[in-house]
Amino acid sequence: MSDLALDRAAAVPSVAQERVETPFRRFVAEFAESKLALLGLGVFVVIALTAIFAPWLAPQNPYDLGQLDIMDGRMEPGTVGGAGFTFWLGTDDQGRDMLSGIMYGLRISLSVGAGSALIACFIGASLGLLAAYAGGRTDSLIMRLVDLQLSFPAILAALMILAFLGKGILNVVIALVLVEWAYYARTVRGTALVERRREYIEAAHCLALPTRRILFRHLLPNCMPPLIVVATMQVARAIALEATLSFLGLGVPITEPSLGLLIANGYEYMLSGKYWISFYPGIALLITIVSINLVGDQLRDVLNPRLRK
Amino acid sequence: MSSATLDRPQPQAAPDAAPPMVELRGVSRRFEKKLDFAGKLARRLGAPVREEVVHAVDGVDLAIRRGEVVGLVGESGCGKSTLGRMVAGILPPTAGTILRDGRDVATLPPAEAREIKLRTQMIFQDPYASLNPRMRVADIVGEAPLVHGIVARSEFDAYVDEQLRRAGLDPAFKRRYPHQFSGGQRQRIGIARALAVKPDFLVCDEAVAALDVSIQAQILNLFMALRRELDLTYLFISHDLGVVEHLSDRVVIMYLGRVLEEAPAEEVFRRPNHPYTQSLLASVPRIEARKRAFSVVQGEIPSPLNPPSGCHFHPRCPHAMERCKAERPRLREIAPGHRSACHLNDAAAGTA
Repeated sequence: MSDLALDRAAAVPSVAQERVETPFRRFVAEFAESKLALLGLGVFVVIALTAIFAPWLAPQNPYDLGQLDIMDGRMEPGTVGGAGFTFWLGTDDQGRDMLSGIMYGLRISLSVGAGSALIACFIGASLGLLAAYAGGRTDSLIMRLVDLQLSFPAILAALMILAFLGKGILNVVIALVLVEWAYYARTVRGTALVERRREYIEAAHCLALPTRRILFRHLLPNCMPPLIVVATMQVARAIALEATLSFLGLGVPITEPSLGLLIANGYEYMLSGKYWISFYPGIALLITIVSINLVGDQLRDVLNPRLRK
Repeated sequence: MSSATLDRPQPQAAPDAAPPMVELRGVSRRFEKKLDFAGKLARRLGAPVREEVVHAVDGVDLAIRRGEVVGLVGESGCGKSTLGRMVAGILPPTAGTILRDGRDVATLPPAEAREIKLRTQMIFQDPYASLNPRMRVADIVGEAPLVHGIVARSEFDAYVDEQLRRAGLDPAFKRRYPHQFSGGQRQRIGIARALAVKPDFLVCDEAVAALDVSIQAQILNLFMALRRELDLTYLFISHDLGVVEHLSDRVVIMYLGRVLEEAPAEEVFRRPNHPYTQSLLASVPRIEARKRAFSVVQGEIPSPLNPPSGCHFHPRCPHAMERCKAERPRLREIAPGHRSACHLNDAAAGTA
């Protein structure tokens, strides 16, 4: 046993209290390498906070008719209205402050976008995981559904679903989920197919762990990196898609206007010089989507080193 | 018992009474690549596509007694890892039966099947792929015992510490992730994970092949120490004859999914019978023979998609005869405990 004792001692390194480099710390450091991505993240955080605290930040509640004055309608950016505060981004034809309208619109846009992306992620990831793990007919069935879904342009599919379901925030979310789940399913299946052949999954089988545990505790956590990337990108896509649908008049109802609906409202004034009614909501939408995409791009680079130059 | 068998030396007298710990009877594993719709259509139109079938393991009989260390040797792609996975219960065989303590594992009720499965554990080749990178060491080692009720939640920490210490690791590291360890340490984590469910049989699939030579020796010594400590039985899969010679009581030589020779370790190294075993041994570098030119086995291992007829080894065999191309040689006992599958033995027996 003496050789064993020696041998075991040799294998144990000294317990020096070095700073343990966790995967998370390394991830944060690598993410911060891109200043552009940090800027995107910063902008997005500001936008998200603005949306969350809109009722306290906005100078006016644009949907409280008592606060509106029709005499303030179509004011240029910078004019001081009847209520005594400056309309920094002008007003629309109802006399609503555009800045307040955008803050409230962001609430709708972000919650619809993030909510639908989250639900689609849950459904898509579960189906993708199941397809990869079960294989055979289950796999074929799920993946042909994915193919079918992806063969339609997203906007066309969403239009058809909304034409069937009718307007409303919940219906928009349902439409976005139905359009988007396929991306998650395909991504997760691809990763899971690789991961499930790795030896740690075989080891889990050998340890007779229950299938559910292998799926959600072993397989899914190792499929997360690409899933996070896709989820980030899909939030931006969902926001843009919702804006498009609302602009076309099939999205959210007029009582809960998102950025897309604000753009649509000012559209008729574009050519009569009152550009700000459409222009500023458009800019807000653009900044939101670009900032999310910047974050998503950097996430992809950090989480998938093979793509790095 | 007849007088003829009485005067023969009995190499293993006592354990023969009990059923072997693990026994394979005619175990085969095929991998099929079925034609998809396009493939079927192409074949209908006359394209030369066919369903591809690989006989990774082809009718293997093997018995492993309690306390034995059996070395399984063969070139890459000969099916030894597939065989190991079937023995470990990860991969079901497509034909044949696997018996554990004399009972067919395929027909056991679920609860017993789980218990049997836990009693056979596997040590994997790649210490980087065999540990879940998203779990901490304590969870990797302690998850299965907790799930199967081997250890209570309150004793979890002490139990994990004990497993790690037994595998030669400092329990102070148990909050770390696998990527913070070296290859040898990771292999020790894998060993601790396997031993945590109290197995009595370990399948080591090239368990030291990915490690530095100095670390290899440490891990091999650990295996042998654990064998004494826990009364373990091993199936040691390797392509490295030196490792196998050092460890094994018995050696099994595989080639293209079939067992060619099986004998006590000393026998194999002193009196190899099969031409393939002989050429394998001749290719092992040895200090006393360093001036000699190596006689490496000629040619490549044939594709298992399209294995040679008769004896699989005949295209590379220096003694190949007409009969070798036509007839598959059976594994027959040529000396006590020494079995070989070669037609040359028939010829020798015929002339003698």
